[in-house]
This record gives sequence, structure tokens and C-alpha cells, in this order.
Amino acid sequence: MQRIGVFVCWCGSNIAATVDVEKVSQVLAQEPGVVFSTNYQYMCSQAGQEMIQESIHKYQLTGVVICSCSPRMHEATFRKTCEKAGLNAHMVEIANIREQCSWIHKDMATGTEKAVILGRAAIAKVHLNAPLTAGQSPVKKRALVIGGGIAGIQTALDIADAGFDVDIVEKQPTIGGKMTQIDKTFPTLDCAACILTPKMVDAAQHEKIHIYSYAEVEKVKGFVGNFQVTIKKKARYVDETKCTGCGLCTEKCPQKKVPNAFNLGLDNRRAIYIPFAQAVPKIATIDADYCTMLKSGKCGVCSKVCTAGAIDYKQTDTYIEEEYGAIVVATGFNPIKLDKYDEFAYSQSPDVVTSLEFERLMNAAGPTGGTLLRPSDGAHPHTIVFVQCVGSRCDDEKGKPYCSKICCMYTAKHAMLCREKYPDTDVYVFYIDVRTPGKNFDEFYRRAVEEYGVHYIKGMVGKVVPQDGKLKVQASDLLGGSQLHIEADMVVLAAAIEPDETARPLATMLTASMDTNDFFTEAHPKLRPVESPTAGIFLSGACQGPKDIPETVAQASAAAAKVIGLLCKDSLTCNPCTAQPDELMCNGCSSCEKVCPYGAITYADKEFRGPNRTTLLRRVAQVNPAVCQGCGACTVACPSGAMDLKGFSNQQIMAEVDAICR
Amino acid sequence: MTYSYFPGCTLRTKGKELDQWGRAAAEVLGFALEEPENWQCCGAVYPMAKDEIATRLSSVRVLADAKAQGRELVTLCSACHHVIKRVNGDMQRDADICDKVNRYLKLDTPYAGETNVLHYLEVLRDRIGFDALKEKVVHPLTGVKIGAYYGCLLLRPGKEMGFDNPENPRILEDFIRAIGAEPVIYARRNECCGGYCTLENKSYATKQVDKIMDNAKAQGAQMLITACPLCMYNLKENATNGLDVKYFTELLAQALGVKEEAK
Repeated sequence: MQRIGVFVCWCGSNIAATVDVEKVSQVLAQEPGVVFSTNYQYMCSQAGQEMIQESIHKYQLTGVVICSCSPRMHEATFRKTCEKAGLNAHMVEIANIREQCSWIHKDMATGTEKAVILGRAAIAKVHLNAPLTAGQSPVKKRALVIGGGIAGIQTALDIADAGFDVDIVEKQPTIGGKMTQIDKTFPTLDCAACILTPKMVDAAQHEKIHIYSYAEVEKVKGFVGNFQVTIKKKARYVDETKCTGCGLCTEKCPQKKVPNAFNLGLDNRRAIYIPFAQAVPKIATIDADYCTMLKSGKCGVCSKVCTAGAIDYKQTDTYIEEEYGAIVVATGFNPIKLDKYDEFAYSQSPDVVTSLEFERLMNAAGPTGGTLLRPSDGAHPHTIVFVQCVGSRCDDEKGKPYCSKICCMYTAKHAMLCREKYPDTDVYVFYIDVRTPGKNFDEFYRRAVEEYGVHYIKGMVGKVVPQDGKLKVQASDLLGGSQLHIEADMVVLAAAIEPDETARPLATMLTASMDTNDFFTEAHPKLRPVESPTAGIFLSGACQGPKDIPETVAQASAAAAKVIGLLCKDSLTCNPCTAQPDELMCNGCSSCEKVCPYGAITYADKEFRGPNRTTLLRRVAQVNPAVCQGCGACTVACPSGAMDLKGFSNQQIMAEVDAICR
Repeated sequence: MTYSYFPGCTLRTKGKELDQWGRAAAEVLGFALEEPENWQCCGAVYPMAKDEIATRLSSVRVLADAKAQGRELVTLCSACHHVIKRVNGDMQRDADICDKVNRYLKLDTPYAGETNVLHYLEVLRDRIGFDALKEKVVHPLTGVKIGAYYGCLLLRPGKEMGFDNPENPRILEDFIRAIGAEPVIYARRNECCGGYCTLENKSYATKQVDKIMDNAKAQGAQMLITACPLCMYNLKENATNGLDVKYFTELLAQALGVKEEAK
């Protein structure tokens, strides 16, 4: 028989306001095996913890039940407390009478009744608990960063500077991400390329960083400290070790009509290309969709002009296997597609552009060499209308419910730059609200209005009609209470941003959770913002939610700090709550092996005593406790009930259910 | 499949083509349209006054009749569809209206918006499917550039009508593709045709229609199609130099081979 102590926490008034804590401790004192029961204002406080420890000694407790908040909150705290008093950590059970009881009930009687029942269930379980000891697993001292935008680069640089090896996997031929396409950055208006490209070069030259460009993560196995990752290096048909990045091939390639993705299709490039001048690595890539040689076997110009002999039409995808202790997700964002917003005539007129396209049209390395010209006829636009919240803060299914966060500021930047470079242009910005919560952000926006004379109008554009070379904009002025008709030369749409489309399949591979908008979920929205709930997976940048550059960089460094903290350790304490097969009951069906997401289950042939002194050779399941994460999938899959989870055995769960139903 | 079918008054007079070819096409597509006995006016204009009951009664009669038959109710005229669909919504959501209407009508079983109201285009999209329609087309209108003109009644208010995205609809464009023609997207396809302004202020209606026509022409449309008799009237009668306008059912019947191409 266990000697159990029950400790009921008031949590100030959080619990005590709806649960009669005195009564709960009194009723639970009558449960079999309970030798001591009490309540206290803050059980997690130092005084509360000391009370628990003293009681363990005084009453020689073998099990402890704490009726308090969610185990996610303080299970670890109370386990440590009891361990210090000489009790095994797994002899402690938490009955959650806060989140699942006092917070959701309004009536004292029902709240108290439920708290008693939850306490009883925990007591019933402690009776069957056994001390568990955790093993150790080694940590592979190498990190993987998925995505080579500013987030991924910053995380990789910080980890590498701490002395650990880092690999960056980037799906594009160059690292740099969205920031490479941006012209100027708010609120200081420094040039994006000037602050980004040195970092790209730093990453490339860092002895601890290896960049896999034009590559994707194909498969992930393992767990925190021991991930096994397969990386697919896509065929770029250019030998990376030979290409010098001279760019001759990109000038001689006869296939000139390939939409230039870097300039968002606003101009064309060749079938063999280097995305932009400062690309890292500066290696040419052949676009297999457009290359005449790859499609029909008739061309080979690039191969002839390449003095380094780097062109290799026979190159195939290659796969690299590598082990990592930690994985950082930095997959970033994309503007949404605007096909559901054609009231703004995006598909009807080339002069209706997205804000990212507008960045390219303002950029000195863009299709117009930095002069703002209308895509339709190359004329200088005199009236420009900016529409904010296109797809953001949308209450129906066609858009996104959230605020994309960066649009107010970049639109203010665009408007300001237009007025500065071309004072003869009239610039209108239509907004629902202008949101500028950031250091020096509101000052920036006010400058756009007050110093640069940008017309900010609260209201939305209802329709854009392309006609006679103009864009007829119909809009409402909510403050003026009037309808506006503006004849514009260009319309710029601040499209909502959404996570990159590769994020969802990657999350599945990593068993990392996502929210309904496909942003990665953090382990705690306030207190653990850069970790995924899945151990060993960290989040950097806009893959976790819309972010501007300063915030992205801050989060990237925070993620790096967490990774460094993990990689510093030589070994990790394993979860002792692992699966355990009953070999006598196992029939060797492999059901558990198939469902195990960690590959922790193998099969072995073992000798068993049969009837009449015979020996039987039977195939039975074996669990590797260092690999098992205790998810419990196998215990449910096993048709013969041979698999049990230590600390959560079928017997223990049934005892809890019985106690609740008593 | 048999649907209850409410043609409405205009389809017996000015808008015969809309009705006639809709019925002919339905036969080819394998669904039956059955008129309720003694149907009356739809109510003509959806009453904006919350306490106006009389106008809603006739819509409820036909809705209750369809319920008694155990059928979905199909409409073809945009105006009828608008009124019936919205009155049905009132019967579902507004307990006060529902109660008053039921007391007034003294139906055998009370009606509370159980009937599903479908526009003919919704039958094509959601019941037949545009892909299946495409397979039944024998005379595809290949190469014809058609602008879809939606007007307001089918689309708005978007949440109540639940017909298509009111700002950026696509059902008629998908229909145009299904009959083998090429849809022309133009911005003013869901702008007002002038509506009843044509009675009192014809020049305003003309201005509206001309804007629509100019926009459609500029985007390369050779003709327009519509589902609304009032839009048809305004587009045909009030345009200064308009494109040819046809009901969508005429082109449907033509594509399905039940109507000789009008030369």
C-alpha cells in the first residue's frame, strides 16, 4: 500500500474562488492510502514546496498528488521538489483543478465536486505508479537550418559563431530570400541589398556553415539530439565545384523568353541563369523547363562557351544523408495569389501590381533599372493608388483573418519614396487602419503624411476599371463620407502574406504543429516563442507569423540561442515513459512497428519455453528506449494488448477511469 | 431529377427566351422543371421594411408548395430568385417574420425556410457540374468572346444570396467556358445596369449601360450574356452603341443543339 500525500492549491483565487479547497482536501483525506492531506494558497511558491518536502519526510510518503494547475505548467516544478526530498519524480501526479475545473465552472458546488473526482483519479493512479529512471541519449553537435532567407542566415551565423556546425538548406539557387527583392527597408530607408549581401557572404565564407542551395529536405527521422535528415540536391546541370560564376553562359543562352522569377515575371531571363549579381553561391543554374538542350537535345551553347567546363546536362538529383542535433525552420512567407481579388483588376491590367512587384520596379537592379515606369507602356505614372489590406483582416474565406503586419509600413515607405523621387506624382493610400507599432514606425508614417504629402484616405477601394490607358478607381472616403473616383496610372496592392507552400509538408515531416493558417505553432505563445512543441525543432522568422525584418532577425538570434543551449549539452535525459512490450503476449504481427513514427520498434526472434519442456522460437517486438518518445501510438495499435506505456499503462488509465466513475 | 420551377411573370411576357431555352436545355441535361399549380407573383421587389409581411407571402406560398412536394425550388429570373431566396432566409432566421407569415397563411404544416432555393445556374454548377455540361455540348461556341454581365440581384447581398463572390464572380465565366466559348473578364460586369432608373431618369440608365458596354468592348467582348430580364432591357434599350446581348439559356440551348443558331 502506498502512503500518499494530497496537496490542494488555491492558486490565489484562481482555484479557491470556484472550488472549496478546504472541503476537497478533507474529502480526499478519506481516500484509501492517503495519510496526509492539506491545502495552501500557492503550492508552487517556495513555502508551498517546502511544505511538500517536509510532509514527505514526516509522513514517509511514497506518492504525492498535487491538485493544482495544468501539468504543462508546473508538473516539472513539483517533480523536482519531490525528487529533492528523495521521492522518485514519477511518483508525483497532478490533478488539474484549474484549467479543467475552476476556470470553466461558475458554481462552487459543481466545481468542488469535480475537483474531488479529479483528485480521486490521480490518487487511484499513484497507487499503481512505479519509480521510473530516465536514460541518456547523446547529442549530435550539428544544426540544420531549413530556409536561407534573412531568418535562416542570421540563425546559422549565430550558431556557427558559437562554434557549432550548421547546414543551410535553401530551395532557390541562392540564399537571401525575400529580402533580396526588396529595395529599401523601413523605417530607416537603408538599402536592403547593402545590409543583406554582406551577411550572405559571411554565411558562405564561415568555416562552420555549409550551404546546400537548390536543395530541399526530403525526409526527417529521429528525435531531439539525433535527427537523421535526407537532403535532396536538385539537379542544376552545372558542376558547383567548377562554375566560376562568370555569367558568360547567361548572356549567350539563346532561350531568351523565360519569365524572370526574381523580378516576379516583370522581365525575362535566359534558360541558364544566376538570379542576381550578388547571388550566393554565385553559380549558374539551368531551368529545365525552358532549356532547349534538356528538352530536345539540340543546343549546347552554354556548354560551348563555358571555359570552366562546368555544364553537365547529365546531372541528376542527388541525396545527402546527415545527422543533426537540432533543426531550425525558417521557411518564410509569400504574398497571396490575387485571383480571388480581381475587383482590383490585377489580371486585367499590367499596371495593377503587387507591392513586391512595386519593389522590383523601384529597385536599381530591377527590370526598369530603378526608374518607376508603368509596365504597360513604360510611361512615368503621375497618379498612383495604394490599396492596403488586400486579403488581410478578411472576414470571409477568400482572404486571411489576420493582419499581415508589414503592409502599413512598406506602403508608407513606397508612398514616401514615390513622392521623394517623383514630386510630380499624386499618391493615394487607402487603408482600414494604419498600424505602426514599432520603434520609429509611427514617426515614419507621419513623415509620409506631413512632410511628403501622401494622401491617406480611410476607406477601401471597391473597383478598379482599366480603360483607355487609365485605371479608374472607385473608392469610399469613410471620414469624408463620400465616394471617390480617381483616374490612376498605377494601382499597387498590398497583398496579404501567407506561409510558404513548403511549410505544411515540412511540418508533417517534422511532426511540428501548425495553426489553421499554416504558420508554425510555438511551444508557448509568450514564454517559448521560438521553439516548436516538438523537442529539437526551433522556429525562425515569418514561418511562425508575419514579421518585419527587425523582428525576424531578433527571433532568428533567439532561435539560435536556444539551439546553442541544446548543442552545448553532451547528452539529453530521455523520457522514461517509454513503450514496453509484454513478450509473452506479443504475436509478432508488426502492427506497432508500422505505426511507430520514430522507428523505435524492431523485431527479434527469441526462445520461449513451450509445453512439455519444448523450446519455441517466436518473433517478438523490441523497443529501443533511447529512441522511443512515449507517444503511445503502438499501445493503441497492438491487437493483443501486449504493448504498454510506462507511467501510462492500461491498468493505470483504467484505475483513473474507475475512480472517476465511482 | 425533378425540381419545382418558378418562372415568374416576366418569363411569360418580355423574357420568354430566358424561359423557353432554359426548359429545352433542361430536357437535354436530364432534369425536369415542374411548375407549381397557381403560382403567383414572387413579390417583385424584396421589401426592405422588416415589418412588411404582405409582399413576402406570395414567395412563401411557392416555397411551401415545393416543401410539400419534397423538391428543391429552381428559379431563372434574377429578380424572382433574389426575392424568393431572401424571403426564404427571413423565414429561416427571423422568428418574428416567420411567425406572422405562418399565422397569415394558415398552412397545413407551418413553413420555416426548409426549401432549398437554387438558381438555374447553380443547378448547372452544383448539381449537373460544368464538366458534365461540357461533355453534353454538341455545338461548342468556339472562338466567341463573351462577356458575362451579372448585374446585382444574383450576387448581393453576398452572404444572403450565397451565389458567388460578389466582387469577383466566376460562375458565368465557368459557364461560358463549358459551352466552348471564351469568357472576357471586364471590371464592370457586376456594376448596376441602371435598374428601374430607366423609368424616371433614362439618361442615367444610359450612362450606366454605356460604361458597362465600353468596358466590355475595350476588353474584347463580342457579346454579353445575362440572366436578368431587367438588365436585358437596360442593356438592349438604353445603350447608345451596345453589343449584342443574349440570355445565357439561349447560348446553352444553342450549344446543346436544341436551338438553331440565329444568323
